Amino acid sequence: MFARCTSSCLLLAGIGLAIAIPAQADEKLAAAKLEPKNFTERATSYKIDENTKQKIPLTSKFEMVYVPGGEFTMGSPATEVGHEAIEGPQHKVKVGNFWMGKFEVTWDEFDLFWYDARYLVSNDIAAKKLGPDAITRPTNTFVDETYEHGRDGHPVLCMTHHAAMAYCHWLAKATGKAYRLPTEAEWEYAARAGKGNTAYFFGDDPKQLEEYAWFKDNSKDEENFPSKLKGCTHKVGTKKPNPFGLYDMYGNVAEWTLDQYDPKSYQKFAMNPLSIRPVTVPTAEKWSHVIRGGSWADKADRCRSAARRFSDKSWMRWDPQEPQSIWWLTRMDVVGFRVVLAETEQPELVGLVPKVVKKSE
Amino acid sequence: MSSPQSADRRDFLKASAAVAGTAMATNMAGAHAAGADIIKVGLVGCGGRGRGAVKNILQAEEIINGDNPKIQIVAVADVFKDRASNAARDFSNPKHREYGPHTAQVKITPDTTFGGFDAYQKLIDSGVDLVILATPPGFRPYHLEAAIRANKNVFCEKPVAVDATGIRKVFGLAEEAKKRNLAIVAGTQRRHQKGYIETIKQIKDGAIGNVISARVAWNSGGPNPIWFNKRQEGEPDTAYQIRNWYHYLWLCGDHIVEQHVHNLDVANWVIGDHPIRATGIGGRAARPGGAVADPNMFGQIWDHFAVEYEYKNGVRVFSYCRHIAGSEGDVSEMVFGSNGSSRVGNYLIGKKQVGDDQIGGKHRDAYVQEHIDLLSSIRAGKPLNELRQVAESTFTAILGRNAAYAERWLKWDDALAANDGTMPEKLALDGALPATPAPTPGAWKLPKRA
Repeated sequence: MFARCTSSCLLLAGIGLAIAIPAQADEKLAAAKLEPKNFTERATSYKIDENTKQKIPLTSKFEMVYVPGGEFTMGSPATEVGHEAIEGPQHKVKVGNFWMGKFEVTWDEFDLFWYDARYLVSNDIAAKKLGPDAITRPTNTFVDETYEHGRDGHPVLCMTHHAAMAYCHWLAKATGKAYRLPTEAEWEYAARAGKGNTAYFFGDDPKQLEEYAWFKDNSKDEENFPSKLKGCTHKVGTKKPNPFGLYDMYGNVAEWTLDQYDPKSYQKFAMNPLSIRPVTVPTAEKWSHVIRGGSWADKADRCRSAARRFSDKSWMRWDPQEPQSIWWLTRMDVVGFRVVLAETEQPELVGLVPKVVKKSE
Repeated sequence: MSSPQSADRRDFLKASAAVAGTAMATNMAGAHAAGADIIKVGLVGCGGRGRGAVKNILQAEEIINGDNPKIQIVAVADVFKDRASNAARDFSNPKHREYGPHTAQVKITPDTTFGGFDAYQKLIDSGVDLVILATPPGFRPYHLEAAIRANKNVFCEKPVAVDATGIRKVFGLAEEAKKRNLAIVAGTQRRHQKGYIETIKQIKDGAIGNVISARVAWNSGGPNPIWFNKRQEGEPDTAYQIRNWYHYLWLCGDHIVEQHVHNLDVANWVIGDHPIRATGIGGRAARPGGAVADPNMFGQIWDHFAVEYEYKNGVRVFSYCRHIAGSEGDVSEMVFGSNGSSRVGNYLIGKKQVGDDQIGGKHRDAYVQEHIDLLSSIRAGKPLNELRQVAESTFTAILGRNAAYAERWLKWDDALAANDGTMPEKLALDGALPATPAPTPGAWKLPKRA
């Protein structure tokens, strides 16, 4: 897959071969041969040892859970405790079959992308010349990228929507499967796990949440993370899964969904008797997108299946640079993501690529 | 190493000296009389931080004066003219996400958009009241000198020098600025961060007993060499080095100086003094190109330092900084006392949080607050002058760096006296500039006294 080298191929002294692969729609990416059941994905990349110039292979392995599609009621009624106006009106939705990451994406997995010596870093002059269509990898951070939350087995955080999109795009190239972020509809369907329209899949009583989620009430870990007095992320998969076998859908880190946020989308979808695979395709605009599931810092009601929070530029207020990073939500240590793979991709998402560039508004 | 007394060095600065003379003769009253209306701001150094600082000062003024702002952005300067022009364009763009709401305050014209090595001087001469100095730190002493001699108020990014030669100049300028009643606020923003101020007040009030020692760190572990732009075909040395300024000692001073100065500044703040001596170890283990890479391609800075500082009162500070791919991140200041400890950056005394950044129920960004404090002090006629303080913290970092390069104890006074100027004698963007080798641990010697 990486053997093809375009004219923009650059041989860089001491750095190894950095190949810029145009990110055009690649319709060969498909999951056609997969059985409709859980599977283990393996990804590989490599970094370069600066002293020996040797390639150091990087590998990761993660579980994908098969989620049979179906119909459900999206959103929540005004009577639900914690309901906010943007969760309505409720509307009927049908999603297709897909696989979803059993866990949130961890640092170990993200490092394969971040350290991948085959690609240029996005702020390199040579990468800038390639334009927005090249796969580039995240810039370095000024600070500890985990914000003292722990790294081994912990979910990634401070991710911009673009970083999450770019990771999926990289993963698609690395595996030959069209990985992407879940649409909001897919996310909520997976969170409800076929259990109807209650606040959580287990019912309406938040008392049960601590069995399934790291959230404000239980996320403190004084022994291992003494500086995190308000709580912290935990290793993925250390609470019970939901009935689909998905872990940490509620809490730990809030998760990006694919859609560009449209304040009118629920009203629009509600005009249909049934919205089939609804999505608002993401654009080059940085703001806004929706995170779901709540985080280690959230109260129980923010972790409900229907709860939504949309991003805005104030999320970047801690980045003292201008233009600000398109990769890192400085100090927003509550935002991560997980990946999905559609069994048959919906047409408007075929060939989806991240479009945000540094100058995007 | 070049001599700061060289003729070329004087040539490089003669414009500033000439103008300084005029300014002293005609404008000793100070840059901005209290009560005068508009403060005209110029930016020197149009990179990410400089552009960010312009945004921050506009936000600061909005907090102070709401819909009736009394600052204007009137000029921009950068060695690379295109960067100055791009900044001017963005600042003036009504549709820009950050600057758009403030374009009525932007009065930059083609005549006040400056490029080249003397751009800073032209900007200072263009009628500004306040300059933001945000170039790579190697230039800072010379830019500070020009600004202060011309009676300008200053916001200057940290660090304020990269060698003792620069620090000696800045120490003198700190006094000069005081005499001229100029405001100088430095980009050590923790000094303006409410949670830090509250926590350190508790420490100074005895919350952890007597301070015995501290541990400060700026370790980061991302994969990429930070801010590294690979060399373009035919790119001349000087332009290449400036575009990769972080990796060149004459521009950056090494990462202990450029970045870790923040944490060392907190140690000095808590202790209320600067160290008297230091020893250290370190090296260049995993930089691009490896430990012995060609500095013309990969720069000279190291990637890890561990330094022990001793203060006059016997307090010891242990300092760590690292940029190594795959290593654990840690940006923190921990202070140990006879009766407890404080994790200052988390605003913790023991396990109790004693500070926060909330003002009026909203988060207050320290990068904005530092400009609020600067502007307010100018208008009140009681100018803040942080130059001595930030110069001491900068030299704390330089001392630790040199002790690590030399792998031995170095005294503050000896290191401060060294004839160690690193500013190249001749600078031209299209010029050749062979890079000196990276310092070899143990073989590096402190230059003789100036």
